Amino acid sequence: MAFKPDHELHKRRFGRNLGLGLVLIGFVALVYGITVVKVSAIYHPAAEAAE
Amino acid sequence: MSDASFDTSCDTREAEFGDYFALLKPRVMSLVVFTALVGLAVAPVGVHPLIAFASILFIAVGGGASGALNMWWDADIDRLMKRTQSRPIPSGKVSEGEALALGVILSFFSCLMLALAANIMAGALLAFTIFFYVVIYTMWLKRWTPQNIVIGGAAGAFPPMIGWAVATGGVSIESVLMFALTFAWTPPHFWALALFTKGDYANAGVPMLTVTHGRKATRAHILGYSLVLAFVAIALGMTSIGGPTYMVVAVVLNAMFIKGAWDVFRRNDDASEADKHKAERGLFKLSLAYLFLHYGALLIEAGLKPYGLGGWG
Repeated sequence: MAFKPDHELHKRRFGRNLGLGLVLIGFVALVYGITVVKVSAIYHPAAEAAE
Repeated sequence: MSDASFDTSCDTREAEFGDYFALLKPRVMSLVVFTALVGLAVAPVGVHPLIAFASILFIAVGGGASGALNMWWDADIDRLMKRTQSRPIPSGKVSEGEALALGVILSFFSCLMLALAANIMAGALLAFTIFFYVVIYTMWLKRWTPQNIVIGGAAGAFPPMIGWAVATGGVSIESVLMFALTFAWTPPHFWALALFTKGDYANAGVPMLTVTHGRKATRAHILGYSLVLAFVAIALGMTSIGGPTYMVVAVVLNAMFIKGAWDVFRRNDDASEADKHKAERGLFKLSLAYLFLHYGALLIEAGLKPYGLGGWG
């Protein structure tokens, strides 16, 4: 069975979803990184202040 | 399963990801990022690079959220002005409800995340900035007083203060003077532009000084604010974040700026039309370099300090 080619609207919606997905992945990575820095600072207080 | 639910009438106005990004006013955001970064970098307290990056990002998102709320509230006048007709709401790509939702969600999100990543003072300052820009400026004073540019400038001047608060957790004379620098710079910058562009604010019912008080009064205002600006810029150089490099830049640029403002002040519209607004255009161009170079000089001072060269010793 042949699939119909994607409509232009589908491509646009895919682009929107992809953009949002990447933003969310980036946000998760950022929160993870912040958590590591904050937790590290508890055990190594000097680590939080970068010289 | 059929695809009967698929609407074959292609709506070419349906938003792309970039249209939602455009709601955040990326050009304004770039100034916010730059000045907040300087405020953070010149502070006497070190910040972990990832915390600094995240903080600047959340400040930028907060600035963008206030831009989205501004576009939501001003959608009616944006439809009337040529300059703003292609924005996401007037062009029909994003609905007013979507802009409102995006603005509100990102406002709360950015303030909360900044408070968590940096400190509560920084988050509170960002919240106040968004409140000031959206409620005090956009909703209340923009359409009511020709001093709207001055009020709006205050909102745009907060980012270096927030950057400073990210590092220090507080407010000081240095951060207040960085605020004052952008605050006093905004009116002459925009009014110089207003003198050589035929804006259609009047059609949209937004009182601009050039229309309500006339162009002669606008020229006088430009000169007045330029003198205040020079005082603030020099005073900033005398604080702990100033230094010889900054002071040289400030003295030269402020002398040029006052000379430019004086040239704009002492001529009339006939002379201005005759040479196609040469002095006004020159002052506007200078104002663009002015802010960038002042903050750049502060960065240089901070960069030289580890080598014992920056600052007043």
